[in-house]
Formats: sequence, C-alpha cells, structure tokens
Amino acid sequence: MPAPATANPAPAAAPALSREKVKIEVRNLNFFYGKFHALKGINLVVPERKVTAFIGPSGCGKSTLLRTFNRMYALYPNQEARGEILVDAQNILSPKQDLNQLRAKVGMVFQKPTPFPMSIYDNIAFGVRLYERLPSRVMQERVEWALRKAALWDEVKDKLQQSGMSLSGGQQQRLCIARGIAVKPEVLLLDEPCSALDPISTARIEELISELKADYTIVIVTHNMQQAARVSDYTAYMYLGELVEFDVTDTIFIKPKKKETEDYITGRFG
Amino acid sequence: MRAGLESVASASARAESGPRAAFTGAGGRLRRQDAAFRAVTQGFAFLVLLLLGGIIVTLASGSWLSLSHFGVRFLFSSAWNPVTEDFGALVPIAGTLATSAIALLIGVPVSFGIALFLTELSPPWLRRPIGTAIELLAAIPSIIYGMWGLFVFAPFFAEHVQPVLISVLGPVPYAGALFRGPPMGIGVLTAGIILAVMVIPFIAAVMRDVFEIVPAVLKESAYAVGGTTWEVVWNVVLPYTRAGVIGGIMLGLGRALGETMAVTFVIGNAYRLSSSLLAPGNTIASALANEFTEAVGELHFSALIALGLILFVITFIVLSLSKLLLLRLARQEGLQA
Repeated sequence: MPAPATANPAPAAAPALSREKVKIEVRNLNFFYGKFHALKGINLVVPERKVTAFIGPSGCGKSTLLRTFNRMYALYPNQEARGEILVDAQNILSPKQDLNQLRAKVGMVFQKPTPFPMSIYDNIAFGVRLYERLPSRVMQERVEWALRKAALWDEVKDKLQQSGMSLSGGQQQRLCIARGIAVKPEVLLLDEPCSALDPISTARIEELISELKADYTIVIVTHNMQQAARVSDYTAYMYLGELVEFDVTDTIFIKPKKKETEDYITGRFG
Repeated sequence: MRAGLESVASASARAESGPRAAFTGAGGRLRRQDAAFRAVTQGFAFLVLLLLGGIIVTLASGSWLSLSHFGVRFLFSSAWNPVTEDFGALVPIAGTLATSAIALLIGVPVSFGIALFLTELSPPWLRRPIGTAIELLAAIPSIIYGMWGLFVFAPFFAEHVQPVLISVLGPVPYAGALFRGPPMGIGVLTAGIILAVMVIPFIAAVMRDVFEIVPAVLKESAYAVGGTTWEVVWNVVLPYTRAGVIGGIMLGLGRALGETMAVTFVIGNAYRLSSSLLAPGNTIASALANEFTEAVGELHFSALIALGLILFVITFIVLSLSKLLLLRLARQEGLQA
C-alpha cells in the first residue's frame, strides 16, 4: 500500500509509517465543545493491526480525538467535529454515516469499567444480539470466544449467570474488553483503560492488548508514558489540542524530533 | 431514615476516634452533643412506628363490630344497604383495584415516554419547560382534577369516545364485556383515566430523576457497542434504575389507591357490581368520603372503618409485592446467585 495521499500530510510521517496499511486517516480535524476549540487541525494516520497510543497532559485533547473515531461525541448536542476522518477510506463524519454500524466496527472501552446491570453472559451477548440473530449454541460459543480472548474465561466460566457487577475492577474491565470484541469490531478504542486498576490487573490488560493487535487495530489513550512505551507501536504526542509529534513509539521515546515532546517525555514538563 | 441513623453513628464514631477526641474537654462536649443528637433523631424515627401502630390498632378496633358481624362474607358481598344494615366491601374493593390498574396501565408507559424523552432525546432548551410543567401538574389540587373530570372530561368522553369504544370493542368476545352499556361519561374507566392524569406527573418526575443519575459513561458504553437510544434505555438504563423506577410507580399507585376527591366526582358512587368499565362504581376512598358524615348506625360506621382497614391491607400487599418483584429482578440479574 502506498503512502496515504493526504492533502496535508501528518507531521513527521516516518518511513516506517508509510509502509503500514492505513486503517484510520484523520484529515484537518477541528473539534469544538460549544465555542471552545478543542482540536486544532489534526492530521494523523492510524495503521492497521498496530497499537497507536495518544499521550499528552490532561486537557490536551487526546480523549476528544479518540471519541471522534466512533462519533461518541454525537450524543451531546453542542459538540461538533469538522474535517474528515476516513475509516477504510470512508468519511465517518459524513451525515450519512450510520452510527450504529460505525460503532459495531469501532468498539470502545472506557476509563472506568462499565459492566451493564445484567449477568456476565448477557453483558457479552448484549452487543452481539443487536446485530446478529444467533442460535443459542452459537451465541454460547461467541461468548466463550470473547471471554477467552479477553483472558477472563477461566475466572468466570462457572459463574456466567452472576451479575457483571459482582466481579473485581480488573475483571470488570476485561469483561468490558470482551464485550467490545464480541461484536467483532475492526478497531478497538481504549480510553485510559487501566487508570482505575491495580498494577496486576494493568499488566494483564497490557498483555491482552499485545495479543489483540494481531486481529484488531488498537488506539489507546493513556496518561502513563511507560504504558505507551510498553504496548504501542506508534505514539502521538498532543498538547493543547494540537498534534505535536507522531512517530514510531521508539523514536518518540528515544529520539523525539521536537523539543516539546522531549520535555514531556523526560518529565521536565507535564 | 436508616441511612440517617447510620451516618449519625459513624459521625459520632469519627468524633470519638478522631484527633479532636484527644482534647478531652472538647471530646466530652462533642460526645454529649452527639448523644443528644442521636437521641432526638431516634425519637423521631420511633415516632413513625408509634403512629403506624396507633393507626393499625384504631382501624382494627373500629372495624371489629362489622367484621365480627359479617365475617369473611364482608369481603365477597356486593351488598351495601344502610337501611337494612347489610354491608359488603366487594364493590369498593373492585372499584379501587380497577381504577388503580387503569391508572397504571395508562400512566406508566406515558410517564416512561416522558422521562425517556426528557433525559435522552429532548433538545436542552425544551427540558426545563416540560419539566416545570410536570411539576406544576403534580401540584394541582385533586379537587380541580375532579371538577375538570366531571364538567369537561366526562361529557367529552361520553359524546366522542365511549360510543366508539362501545361499538368497536363491545362486540369482541370476552373482553367486550368491559365495554358495554350506555355512554354516561362517568364511571370506572373515566375515574381510571383521571387518576392516570394525576399519577403521571409523579411517576414521570421520579423516572426522570433516576434516569438522570445513570452515569454518562455507562450509557456511552452501551451506545459504544452500537445500541440505539431505545436499546440503551430498555436494556441498560431501566435495569440500572429499576429500584427507583418501581419506587416511582409505587408512589403513583399509592396516590391512585387512596385518591378520594377526584374519583368521587367522576366514578358515579354506585354500589353495583358490573363487568363494564363504563358503568358507575365506587372505590374505598370515595365511599369513605361520601358516607362518613351520614353514617348513623354503628354497624354502618364500623363497616366504613373496615373499608379503611382493607385499603390499608391492599396498600401493604402492593408494597410487599413490589419488594418481591425487586428481589426477583435482582436474582435474574445474578446479584443473588
């Protein structure tokens, strides 16, 4: 696949990046919370089946950017995105975009675990039932598959009928990841998925992310720079609504091209 | 109430173990203050028990005469004749249950729709006016509803709606029996509809309030797997808020069961048992309001108090059933498994 033909190419598009297959391409994206200009002219390419991390200080717009990829912001009347976001070369910001179809394709896991008030089994089956009419046998297999993928099966296989809320925080978050992959999306958005978890649960989720990238394109927002360094292939550093630098993760952490990035990475600022 | 006591207890525990307790003088003063506070609030709490007990005793002793005179037959007799002193509670019981059921049947879906619209769909500028309108509707005195029902709604209903009901639904086998007879305007169905209008603001306001406390991120995660607004509300918001929603419905049901003035105006106050919802009937509260001042015979008076006792028991049963329902729902979700 040739380099993406952007009108305004992503800053510092590294040679490594141009070899990747493009899953999401952001073109000149501006985002507004009412009058507040939260994202300013973002251009970015998210490669397929890789982990891309967004880092930056609080309020830099990394979560906002993530929430444009499944148009979660569209739930709120005064939030608006302008520009283009191409997922598989199709502009999802177009008013014609079917939001439910988009969200089936682009799943999301949130900062806090959010199990639905139903059984563990139904937590997984809920999303699947929205799109597919499966015979119960097949549904059981799908639930088991998703729970295994999320490395949760062994812990919950004997209590699938218990409430999802009865699990521990780390288990709940893996349940949410299982729920996210059960509908077989192509992209998984993770919005600080470990910020409410203990170190052991965090390690398990990070392991999981590395395993999942064989099948999914993963975008993760994180406050934790070590985490970004550990799990991601590409890293974008954002500051005050702008994309400062985007490159291979090793480059960002070892030899960033910009002074601001280096200051943030080395903790001189942030 | 219980939460209040607990927080008082934990506050006093904090005061005793906290750094302030180190100053012995201050610690003693605080302890005394807390003890007094605890005693006062506990007194208030026990007042509720005392009142409840008092009311039960009064009702039971007042109705003893009629209950011992008629026995179980009191519950199943449709007679109500002050002249021959023959009393039975069947008609008012049936009327109370029927009007309340109609009120909930209409009121719950409408309230759910209102609450759903206000919390999920409405543009923000519309929320406040509609919300305020609901609160104002709840504040209208019931006698106004009664007068409006009698002078405006009942004639309209008799002229435009009941004839249609009778001609369309009347011939239906079985269910048709509910919609036969002359279109008089007043009757059980009219009372039920007026009650529905009266309970909607209560149920809708509670539902809106509990829907609003659902964490945005929980709703977002349901939208994030691709749910539509309906799927999100029905499968996630409603189960999450079920205790509050059922509480709101119970609040409405309580009002419907006990509503007196508005019902008296439009129900017809007839002690006749009819299968038709269009026929006039009576409810317990309405019977009490109408007859208390005119009850001369001791047996009549006692029968009325027995009606009050029955209403009390019905409310108690309804409350218990709602608790059972909540338990069952929780078990389905898996909390008890």
